[in-house]
Amino acid sequence: MSSALSIRQLTKTYGNGFQALSGIDLDVAEGDFFALLGPNGAGKSTTIGILSTLVNKTSGTVNIFGHDLDKSPAALKRSIGVVPQEFNFNQFEKTFDIVVTQAGYYGIPAKIAKERAEQYLTQLGLWDKRDVPSRSLSGGMKRRLMIARALVHEPRLLILDEPTAGVDIELRRSMWAFLTELNEKGITIILTTHYLEEAEQLCRNIGIIDHGTIVENTSMRNLLGQLHVETFLLDLKNNLTVAPQLVGYPSRLVDSHTLEVQVDKAMGITALFTQLATQNIEVLSLRNKTNRLEELFVSLVEKNLAKVAV
Amino acid sequence: MSSELQPNLIALQTIVYREVKRFTRIWPQTLLPPAITMVLYFVIFGNLIGRQIGDMGGFTYMEYIVPGLIMMSVITNSYGNVVSSFFGSKFQRSIEELMVSPVSPHTILIGYTLGGVLRGLMVGVIVTLLSLFFTHLQVHHLGVTILVVVLTATIFSLLGFINAVFARNFDDISIIPTFVLTPLTYLGGVFYSITLLPPFWQTVSLANPVLHMVNAFRYGILGVSDIKISVAITFMIVATIVLYIGCARLLVSGRGMRT
Repeated sequence: MSSALSIRQLTKTYGNGFQALSGIDLDVAEGDFFALLGPNGAGKSTTIGILSTLVNKTSGTVNIFGHDLDKSPAALKRSIGVVPQEFNFNQFEKTFDIVVTQAGYYGIPAKIAKERAEQYLTQLGLWDKRDVPSRSLSGGMKRRLMIARALVHEPRLLILDEPTAGVDIELRRSMWAFLTELNEKGITIILTTHYLEEAEQLCRNIGIIDHGTIVENTSMRNLLGQLHVETFLLDLKNNLTVAPQLVGYPSRLVDSHTLEVQVDKAMGITALFTQLATQNIEVLSLRNKTNRLEELFVSLVEKNLAKVAV
Repeated sequence: MSSELQPNLIALQTIVYREVKRFTRIWPQTLLPPAITMVLYFVIFGNLIGRQIGDMGGFTYMEYIVPGLIMMSVITNSYGNVVSSFFGSKFQRSIEELMVSPVSPHTILIGYTLGGVLRGLMVGVIVTLLSLFFTHLQVHHLGVTILVVVLTATIFSLLGFINAVFARNFDDISIIPTFVLTPLTYLGGVFYSITLLPPFWQTVSLANPVLHMVNAFRYGILGVSDIKISVAITFMIVATIVLYIGCARLLVSGRGMRT
């Protein structure tokens, strides 16, 4: 599969001397749904800023669908759509006008621009708000407006920086469905998010960036495969006053009805239930204590923090 | 390049349409105030005080100040349009819509400048029409009149653009109009002929670019001027070219817009 994005030795040092990126390499295949994760200040937004040409890189190369950022910026810009983290549209303009105007900036004739604006605003549930000044839209609507705006020139690569921040769960799920549909149509998507459940659910590949370096770049399946120990919470039928002795399964009582157990992949979960059954402990349900990706993310970032500190 | 021409023409049309839509949508803030202000000038300076002053340069005082007042409104509005629109885009970050798109920096610059020029000209036409209630206007040289007013509007649109690029807050976009533009305009021969000044101040006045613009425009309308028209027009053409190059460089560098 050909490459949608190829970044080599990308560095960025801001005017105040802060080095946001220290030579990252990153590849995203065409058609991929890619998660770019990292803690606050890790370099995600700087990377996206460089891809969208809002941030000047210090050194390195960026290539999107064969278009080099330095040699053919216009062609590169045509191939990407960016949904930024902050609202960046004119708050006094009408929803419809914002999308049509953006199409005009890409050289799309007015007739086609209006048709596409109607198509994307309808798909994103904003068509009935087309004549409303954008400032009066809710936070979720504003995010969807930015998605419609980013799609109006029909980019091959869509970059979304925290698209579901502050969006309620119902709307978030409808946005997930919309993005999945876009990806199925062949649009490559790069997503940054703080909702790791979102990344786990949507993305096939993942890059984790921390302190301006890529600390992990692999498939979601491989990454989750690295998780050797998972922590489960067991809801118990009867009261317990002390944690049961479970051989090979470190455990603690969270409250009289909830038992927290660490399960090593090598041990499996069947033996745990056998031991519980022999002690007449009935389990009503079990769930992961945290999202699996979150456990890995925290451990990778902590490891990198220790390395940086050294 | 030709493959980029058509999209850039559409982008230019989009920017100009958006700019015109913006200043016509908020007409009580953009078109009405200069009309009211200029009517007050006509009534107070032209009519009431002007009658006491008598003739100037062979014309009634009202006839003499009308070209200057038209230019004053053109200068203020072309500058004000670009500085407020471009800084507003920076402030709301909607300028990023343009920066991420493949629009050429020249298209962006020409688009904003045309927006300023069109507002300046529209206000100029409004003020001219209003002046007809107070005096009779005849155009001495239509070509010079149009050339001068368009060049002046272009120059001040470009200056407004530079102000907007460097501005970091709303104070920064009002400092230059208040402390530089207004004094230059009032001392730029709008209300008087510099021949009334002592020789030293006449020479000092020649350093004021607005004086050349106002006088060139007055020549186009009335056929009288304190300065050489050829010098004034040459100066305006050179200023337009230099300012355009400076603005284009600022845009390409992304100053105040890219980090």
